[in-house]
Amino acid sequence: MARPLIFLLVLASLWLALSGLFMTMPLILGLFSCLACLLVSYRMGLLDDRDTQIPNMIRIPAYSGWIALEVIKANIAIAKVILSRRPQIAQQFIRVPSSQKSGFGKALFANSITLTPGTVTVETANGVFLVHALTHDAASPEAFAAMDRLVTATETGQT
Amino acid sequence: MTGWLELIRDIASGIAFAGGSVFILIGALGLLRLPDFWARLHAAGIIDTLGAELMLVGMMFQAGWSQATVKLALLGLFIAITGPTATHALANAAFVTGLRPARLAKDESHSFIPVSSTGAETQGRDER
Repeated sequence: MARPLIFLLVLASLWLALSGLFMTMPLILGLFSCLACLLVSYRMGLLDDRDTQIPNMIRIPAYSGWIALEVIKANIAIAKVILSRRPQIAQQFIRVPSSQKSGFGKALFANSITLTPGTVTVETANGVFLVHALTHDAASPEAFAAMDRLVTATETGQT
Repeated sequence: MTGWLELIRDIASGIAFAGGSVFILIGALGLLRLPDFWARLHAAGIIDTLGAELMLVGMMFQAGWSQATVKLALLGLFIAITGPTATHALANAAFVTGLRPARLAKDESHSFIPVSSTGAETQGRDER
């Protein structure tokens, strides 16, 4: 029962942040649009999805900071590859094991891999992703294992 | 006092804009230099991530503490989520239709046989 209420609260704050209007008529219209959005989400079955629990969201900011650093490092590495006189590329398809249980965890891990330049998630299966890497450095299994551990910790809320 | 603050703000946004432009230029150069579709995906990734985000950070410095900054921060968040999703959709479509890199140093894709688009969909979906 808490889930629709929290969703409505998030929608309302998003509406307020984007509109910045605090007059009666716009507020009423905003509330109606939030309720319509809630109704559509309910009919799509998004609200009875058990994959994401609210306490897990607490670890998201820390993970965002870590992934931002990784993205900057990967960007500089790939920029070096592009700017070198003879680009040292060694394209490869590699299997990356993923230990996440929920759809949210899997999506977070697959998106994190794609977000860092040099690696792209191509296909997913049970417990393993197919990843395309541009160089040998980008395809190091240790980096994927470290990211996998962090994503699973973020997913379950445990360290 | 306000003069100093504005100077610092302009310098900070200038650095962010310059960094963003450099990464967008490098990404564009990569799109031209790299050999095939799969390698070019990664060059586009540079523009998607650091290029776009640094530009947004520069705009946030210019906007100061205002509603525009909140909107820019939300934009950055949405770009960080939808960018990789779009890249994955492109890569997956290329993989399913059978496009492969010209030269592969290592290939472990044999167990991921793209049977049909519906088959791939049920394979990727986890059981409830």
